[in-house]
Amino acid sequence: MFVTAAYAQSTPTEGAGSQGAAPAEVHTETGVAHEGGHGSGVFPPFDQSTFASQLLWLAITFGLFYILMAKVVLPRIGAILESRQETIARDLDDASRAKSEADAAVAAYEQELAAARAKANQIANTAREAAKAQAAAERTAIETELNGKIAAAEARIADIKVRALADVGTIAEETAGAVVEQLIGTRVPEAEIAAAVKASAK
Amino acid sequence: MEGDKVDPVHQFMVNKIVPIHIGGLDLSFTNASLFMVVTLVLAVGFLIATTSSRSVVPGRLQSVSELSYEFIASMLREGAGSHGMKFFPMVFSLFMFILTANLLGMVPYFFTITSQIIVTFALALFVIGTVLVYGFYKHGFHFLNVFVPSGVPGVLLPLVIAIEVISFLSRPISLSVRLFANMLAGHITLKVFAGFVATLSTLGALGIGGAILPLIMTVALTGLEFLVAFLQAYVFAVLTCMYLNDAVHPGGH
Repeated sequence: MFVTAAYAQSTPTEGAGSQGAAPAEVHTETGVAHEGGHGSGVFPPFDQSTFASQLLWLAITFGLFYILMAKVVLPRIGAILESRQETIARDLDDASRAKSEADAAVAAYEQELAAARAKANQIANTAREAAKAQAAAERTAIETELNGKIAAAEARIADIKVRALADVGTIAEETAGAVVEQLIGTRVPEAEIAAAVKASAK
Repeated sequence: MEGDKVDPVHQFMVNKIVPIHIGGLDLSFTNASLFMVVTLVLAVGFLIATTSSRSVVPGRLQSVSELSYEFIASMLREGAGSHGMKFFPMVFSLFMFILTANLLGMVPYFFTITSQIIVTFALALFVIGTVLVYGFYKHGFHFLNVFVPSGVPGVLLPLVIAIEVISFLSRPISLSVRLFANMLAGHITLKVFAGFVATLSTLGALGIGGAILPLIMTVALTGLEFLVAFLQAYVFAVLTCMYLNDAVHPGGH
């Protein structure tokens, strides 16, 4: 079967090679004559006399190739890829750990800062409260003192007013006595004048 | 030998380097064997050398190794789930081996081992064999649920099962022929266009002028072939993941 196929196959290619247009039969013959020097006359890939040798050497070389791939090359490349994977995973791990550490440090810093700020606020508030309280106390003290002084002054004014009013009565009596003496020429008893002044003052 | 220079099939010739005959079998060390060994040494050497420093921050070459590891790992996890990860060495080996072999084949005068149907077919059988053995070992006869999609009406079931069985059986063929045919066709096309350049340039000034077109094609095809070299390794690995998914989760997800 193979041989027949080979003859058929070789016909067009031979034709192309020698650029001839002669019948196929003749060409096949030329093809055979051509390859006469190489032993058999069939199309080389279908030459069954080489099959045994090719199979044997293919089995040897491909078998060896397969074994070398399975035992040496593939485990080796696999190990390289795996170690790379591990390195990358480890590095990513380290990076994420470093990141979480940094995040923790930032959080701690923020917390410290907030605490410090709160403390500062508290101190400021306390100081403000104390100052306010002191100021209020001083103000009340001064106000009390001033109120005392005002009260004292008012008391003195009232006293002076009373005394002045009393003096006014005396002066009015004297003036009235003098006026009456000038008018009538006689001295009017002081008691009468006082009564009259009192009556008119009312 | 003049004909060999432009013969696009010549590059697929398997030549004996060290003839070995055991029990009537020809097990010679050939140029195909040599490039299998070169593929093995180059791929293993690259993967080991670039990861030797085991740096946590990878260099460019270490990144290439790590990227291919993660590329295949995610492909398998998406394709076959976390239970499928036990097949990671297998899918990774298939991808790296085919990719290295395909790229190595792009070097002029180098032999492309994936342009041999027996090589791609053996790799495809390895995948399907793993699926079958693991599927039956892990799930017993439940593994046959692979052929019974859920939610199919009973009348259609025999037809659907027949289609599923045929599709399952065609997997090793499609898987191997896809890779083989892509590499073969790409290299033949490259060789044909490069052959045009060589042939035309012997025809004097006009021929040299005319050779520019196939030269441009050759350059463009070389770029395309590098894409195909990667793409086919990728497709092989993706399909391997899908087929392994059947072994891990028979009867749907």
